[in-house]
Amino acid sequence: MDSAPAAGRPLLRFLTCGSVDDGKSTLIGRLLYDSEAILADQLEALERESKRFGTTGEDIDLALLLDGLEDERQQGITIDVAYRFFATKRRSFIVADSPGHEQYTRNMATGASTADLALLLVDARKGIIAQTRRHSLICSLLGIRHVVLAVNKLDLVGFDKATFAAIEAEYRRYVTDFDFRSLQAVPISARYGDNVATRSASTPWYAGPSLLEYLETVDAERREAAAGFRFPVQWINRPNAEFRGFAGTVAAGSVAPGDAVVVTGSGTTTTIKEIVTFDGPVIRADPGDAVTLTLRDEIDVTRGDLLTGAKSRAEFADQFAAHVIWMKDEPLVPGRSYWLKIGPRTVPATVTSLKHRIDVDTGAHIAARTLALNEIGFCNLSAARPIAFDRYAANRDTGGFILIDRVSNETAAAGMIEFGLHRATNIHLQALNVSPSDRAMLKGQQAAVVWLTGLSGSGKSTIANALESKLLAMGAHSMLLDGDNVRHGLNRDLGFTDTDRVENIRRLGEVAKLMADAGLIVITAFISPFRADRQMAREIAAPHAFIEIFVDTPLDECIRRDPKGLYARAKTGEIPNFTGIDSPYEAPDAPELRLRTIGATADTLAENLIETLRERGIVH
Amino acid sequence: MSRRAALPPHLRQLESEAIGILREVAAEFRLPVLLYSIGKDSSVLLHLALKAFYPAKPPFPLLHIDTTWKFREMIAFRNATAARLGVELIVHTNPEGLAQGINPITSGSALHTQIMKTEALRQALDKFGFDAAIGGARRDEEKSRAKERIFSFRAAGHSWEPRHQRPELWHLFNTKLRPGESMRVFPLSNWTELDVWQYVVAENIEVVPLYFAKDRPVVRRGGVWIMVDDERLPLDPGETPELRRVRFRTLGCYPLTGAIESDAASPADIVTELRGARQSERQGRLIDSDEDSSMERKKREGYF
Ligand SMILES: Nc1nc2c(ncn2[C@@H]2O[C@H](COP(=O)(O)OP(=O)(O)O)[C@@H](O)[C@H]2O)c(=O)[nH]1
Repeated sequence: MDSAPAAGRPLLRFLTCGSVDDGKSTLIGRLLYDSEAILADQLEALERESKRFGTTGEDIDLALLLDGLEDERQQGITIDVAYRFFATKRRSFIVADSPGHEQYTRNMATGASTADLALLLVDARKGIIAQTRRHSLICSLLGIRHVVLAVNKLDLVGFDKATFAAIEAEYRRYVTDFDFRSLQAVPISARYGDNVATRSASTPWYAGPSLLEYLETVDAERREAAAGFRFPVQWINRPNAEFRGFAGTVAAGSVAPGDAVVVTGSGTTTTIKEIVTFDGPVIRADPGDAVTLTLRDEIDVTRGDLLTGAKSRAEFADQFAAHVIWMKDEPLVPGRSYWLKIGPRTVPATVTSLKHRIDVDTGAHIAARTLALNEIGFCNLSAARPIAFDRYAANRDTGGFILIDRVSNETAAAGMIEFGLHRATNIHLQALNVSPSDRAMLKGQQAAVVWLTGLSGSGKSTIANALESKLLAMGAHSMLLDGDNVRHGLNRDLGFTDTDRVENIRRLGEVAKLMADAGLIVITAFISPFRADRQMAREIAAPHAFIEIFVDTPLDECIRRDPKGLYARAKTGEIPNFTGIDSPYEAPDAPELRLRTIGATADTLAENLIETLRERGIVH
Repeated sequence: MSRRAALPPHLRQLESEAIGILREVAAEFRLPVLLYSIGKDSSVLLHLALKAFYPAKPPFPLLHIDTTWKFREMIAFRNATAARLGVELIVHTNPEGLAQGINPITSGSALHTQIMKTEALRQALDKFGFDAAIGGARRDEEKSRAKERIFSFRAAGHSWEPRHQRPELWHLFNTKLRPGESMRVFPLSNWTELDVWQYVVAENIEVVPLYFAKDRPVVRRGGVWIMVDDERLPLDPGETPELRRVRFRTLGCYPLTGAIESDAASPADIVTELRGARQSERQGRLIDSDEDSSMERKKREGYF
């Protein structure tokens, strides 16, 4: 009954790259037009618009078929990629088109992440330029393995064979260091349609296919040599007590009932019982298939786990090296905690060290301490828990990740794992005979970290001192860490830049944890202005109780008090990066306790604190 | 043993991608909902949801925003579908709009859409506290949709802020929300109208019969055929409904939805017709021609 012949080929997702005015819009418009994706009412509108805005004289201007992405950028609308669709009798296409200059790296990377082929445009009059290398580098980094070099505007060089041949030869030399598997050069005129849909009479010297013929037939499937089975578990299907299925999309390899699989991490092995689909059980699932698996044994599998073939296991580590493309206005801060999402798994992670930045125009490695928007770096990352992964070059779905800002929830970066760092896996934790809770019990208390945060001059140190005196009087064992004091010793080497502040808090968090391990009630009095860093301290302290106390004093009151005369100096610019003056303070959203200091004495506030500690069973 | 093999590879890819998106929504959000508008895209979406969670039922209800001006056949189809599949269906109409007598004829299409669709949708999402709303919009529908995300972030108050959309790489979606924020999710983003119909044919999906050509009472208005679906449509002096063999390419409120003359009487006929189509789908939709870039504006206000 289906009158439509089932197109035999899979979708082709491709990315277009080119500098402004190379004719990218004209070419995409031409492809849509020649594949008859343009409908009569759109064509009428196009003819009208061409008369008003066209750049092509009497002819219709095909570039106008596309939305004015550049204009929208000027209106402040962020567009990273526009997707267009067309189909011929032989194949369906999805075209990813990225506008813009400043945002180019981020946008191109986004478009490239789902593309299998890049259509790279150059102007025949200009040949290969610096941007051509930049585009090729990003494509290569994102794992695109097939490239079409469209040498455009050939009409403007008299359809000259030598010009085309020289550009092709230069490009082939250029890309030897990139990992491209196929490269086809096509001489075209987007404006007049030469060699776009059909071969042109103006280039009798060109024996290759037209651009569209090539795209219709190219085999750009990502087939990784001898790839093992990979199945990230996305959703647990439990309609009733009898059925327990694991839903997900096959990321590599194939699977059949009876195959042995292993849960990465726990290392538990089992066998596939059935591959369940709405249309009935199937005997095999291949890459890209969204299915539900049932297992022979009742084992512990949760969302985010990776099932692999028993003989082709994935890597499993908490430290790894990766390329990272920074996508956020605020720069990368090494040491800060971000969410890392890889497949269906999300864990806290930090960039532990930035090895270098890559100059996208030259490919050179440049030493760097941070990454700004649109910069690409190579770095080591550390995740709070080990994760299962493959090298990105081997598998995009199990080797690509995003970093998410933990406060704003913005997508901060895209990452591509290069290799796991085994250094960490060799430092095994030593099991100790006496546990932290044994030590605390001996002291008749529970260990805790009482973390006071607030502006300079808000009263943290005064309250902390009052609290510790009360604890001493009660016979509780405590230790007070004061920000200024620690900066004289342990953190003498740190300044007040964002990066140094993060490291400052990390060290203090670790020291607080060690002291809590000793069974002490640790009181800290640090400004600790960033939410993300306090969150990091909380995670470091786990499983000890972490009690965040917001010492809430309005800025003008702190300035009025100014016990150390610091605000006065900060205002004259003598102390740069001073919290509240030229560096922000992010108040806690949900502190365990909030102390409003105006109209209260340090003694009553400390008494409130003792009450909180009693409620939590830390002191009696 | 299964019909999967019959699916052309590109439809199979689109199907798997959409299923993956639906599962991600179920896994990541507290309270998702599927916006069911009764059209062909909704039919496909619902079919995909049945597939994604099989043998379980989709772990979210359907929500229909009823303006009270939908074609009668649409409402009948909606009720029959929900009953047949045993899925939960929530129907919401803006009670204030209803009380004020807002309608597409005398209030004008812009106001009607604003109050009875955009406002009503916000009301329903707030009332039930849904944090993710799955819709059937496609990127090929209209120029400005070409750059829409699959997971489209909405700030508190449902506003779509173009500056705060998140880059989408691979199939990794950033689903993090703070209180009051929400997500609109479009699993059919990468489908075209032709894909949808080919899929309807291949999977034998039921759609509202209004898509198929039949003699229907219509009047000619503003260059399109408007169906006289009930007595609420006021006829101009001298205007008499005539029977024409027409069908609809999109379905909405009947006084705002133009029919096209066609002989396509089955999904397969439609596929054939589309292959030679010379009119874009939105041409029958009156709301888009109200103003230039109206879609962009409606989206900012929270229209789907
Ligand atoms: N002569 C000639 N002009 C072209 C060709 N392709 C594009 N152009 C013109 O080059 C200019 C820039 O093209 P456009 O498609 O807007 O470039 P984009 O910035 O890369 O999208 C326009 O004036 C086009 O008409 C071509 O093959 N030959």
